[in-house]
Order: sequence, then structure tokens, then C-alpha cells
Amino acid sequence: MIPVLGLFVGLAAGLFLHPAVPLALQPYLPIAVIAALDAVFGGVRAVLDGIFDDKVFVVSFLSNVVVAAFIVFLGDQLGVGSQLSTGVVVVLGIRIFSNVASIRRHVFRA
Amino acid sequence: MTQTNPPPTPSAWKRLRLAARPRTTKANALAALLAILLGFAVATQVRQNQSLGLESLRQSDLVTILDNATLLSSRLDQNARDLQATRDQLVSGSTSGAAAVKAAQERLDALGILAGTARAHGPGIRMTIADPRAKVTAPVLLDAIQELRDAGAEAIQVNNVRIVASSHFDQGASGIEIDGRSVLPPYMLTAIGDPATIDSAMEIPGGLAENVRQLGATISIAQEQELTVGALHPLSQPRYARPVPPSAPTTP
Repeated sequence: MIPVLGLFVGLAAGLFLHPAVPLALQPYLPIAVIAALDAVFGGVRAVLDGIFDDKVFVVSFLSNVVVAAFIVFLGDQLGVGSQLSTGVVVVLGIRIFSNVASIRRHVFRA
Repeated sequence: MTQTNPPPTPSAWKRLRLAARPRTTKANALAALLAILLGFAVATQVRQNQSLGLESLRQSDLVTILDNATLLSSRLDQNARDLQATRDQLVSGSTSGAAAVKAAQERLDALGILAGTARAHGPGIRMTIADPRAKVTAPVLLDAIQELRDAGAEAIQVNNVRIVASSHFDQGASGIEIDGRSVLPPYMLTAIGDPATIDSAMEIPGGLAENVRQLGATISIAQEQELTVGALHPLSQPRYARPVPPSAPTTP
């Protein structure tokens, strides 16, 4: 409950504060957001599977974000930043879909 | 990733409710913090994406936009060049128009002095021929005019008659007539030109002054630095002569 509230608080803050993304972070923020979403859906699925662990969630969240940003950073350095970004998004999207499918099976039994 | 627990627990909603129960554990607080960060990042990114137009566009879209911008820019360039040319034309036109007006005015002044339709002033001489015995005839006066013209007089008047190119002298019964107007002695000739030149031309041996004196008349010449030829010659429209129309465009 508290994390859900936190999500809304963060959304509201972002909408009302109009923060400007620093130029250096601009390529990484969208990837980091996708990775974080993946971690969140994974966490929800773990809850439904009954194997949720706070510590695992926090660590997976942070590592997802950091690794995704790092991969994009590496791609930028190698000159294949946009392609690697696409790859990361595809992989994370597949993971999110499979997690959502699992959640759906739990919740709707379908 | 693959789902491997076929027996779905019947209490999925209950589990969710259980998980959603507020707990004050350190990890829960951390998860809340992360959720705040996530929400913040999502909102920021969405806003950023909306506010930034070009960075998120495809290459082909960018090429199209660039093409449009280039086209617009070249069109505006062309526009600017046209307007600049028009402006230059207008500026030079107004200056050349002013120059033309000035030239025309100068021409008008010169022709006016020549035709006797304009008053003239400047340095010159005032010559008075007193003729008590009426010995000075029209040829003598015409001779005087010719001498004045030879000496460079530009505007001449005798008494109150302006001498122009078409002026004619007659010896009438009552005396000399110039252009049909009677001119009585003493004859006051006013000529505008170089005073010293005209004076010496009149006084040259065998010249006008000597001739006049031989006739028994008296002549006096005074150099003036500023005098006015105020008499005007009435302008008459030529009855027969017509200007030949210029076949080629005239230069101003």
C-alpha cells in the first residue's frame, strides 16, 4: 500500500515540479524507467507467487535500473547506443509481458 | 520467466491485500522510496518527451522537417532579396528623381535667362548713352548690343526692354523702337557679365564708346558688382516652328 501511494506521490511531484532532466541523463532515464517497471511487475508477480521478499525487490529494482542505464551508456560509448537501447527495451518489454501474464493467471485464473 | 506453478492459489486477491497491508519495515519504506522515484521519473520523462519536439522524432521525419525548413528559408531568402532590390530601386529612384528635378531646374533657369522670361542678377556694367542731338540710331544701338554680347554679356536690357535673341531694332519716326517698343534717350543699358571685360571691350579704340562720342553723344560706363536685369520679354508661342520629336530616347 505504501509503495503504491509513493508511486502516486512521485507522479504528482513530477507533474507539478516540472523538473528538467539533465542533458547527461537524458538517454538513460527512459531505459531506467522501463527497467524499474520490469522490477515492479516482477515484484507484484512474486507477491502473487508467494515468494515476495522485500530485500530481493529493492536489490532487483536498483540493479535493473543501474544495469539498463549502464548498457545504454556502454552502447553510447561504442556507437551503437540507439540499437542497444532498442534491444534493452525489447528484452524488458518481453519480461514485463511475461510477468503481467503470470499476474493475470493468478488474478483472473485465465 | 515461465510460469511453473499450475495450481493457482485461490487467494490471489487475499495475497495482494496481505501484501498491501501497511507495514513499517525498513524494506517497505525503501520500496516506497523507490516507487516515489519511479513515479517521479515516469512523470519527468513523459513531460520531457512532450516538451521536446525534435529529439524523439524518426530520421525520416527529421529529414522532412529539415527539408521544409530549408525550403521555407530559401523562400524567405528570395523574398528578402526581392524586397531589398525593390528598396534599392526606390532609394536610387528617389535620388535620381531629385537629380533630374535639379537638372531640369538648372535648365529652366538657363533657358529663362536666355529667353528673357526670368529676371537675372549678378555683376555687370551700367552704360548710359546721353544723346541730346538724336544722333544715335538703331544701328548704333544694335552695334552696342553686339559688342556687349561679344564681350560675354549674358543678360541685357535697354531702358526697360529686355534684349533677347529675337529682339529687333527699328528706326521709327519718333526714335528707336526695340521689339516694337519705343526707346527714348538717354539710353540706359544694363548688361550682366564680367564687368572688367565688358568695360574694356566698350572702351577699345575704334570701339563703341569712341563711335558714340564721334556722333556727339556722351557715354558713361559704370562697373557694378551687383545689378539686376529686371525687364522681362513676353513669351510668345511660336506659330510655325515645332520641335522635332526626338527619335531616340533622350538622355536627361
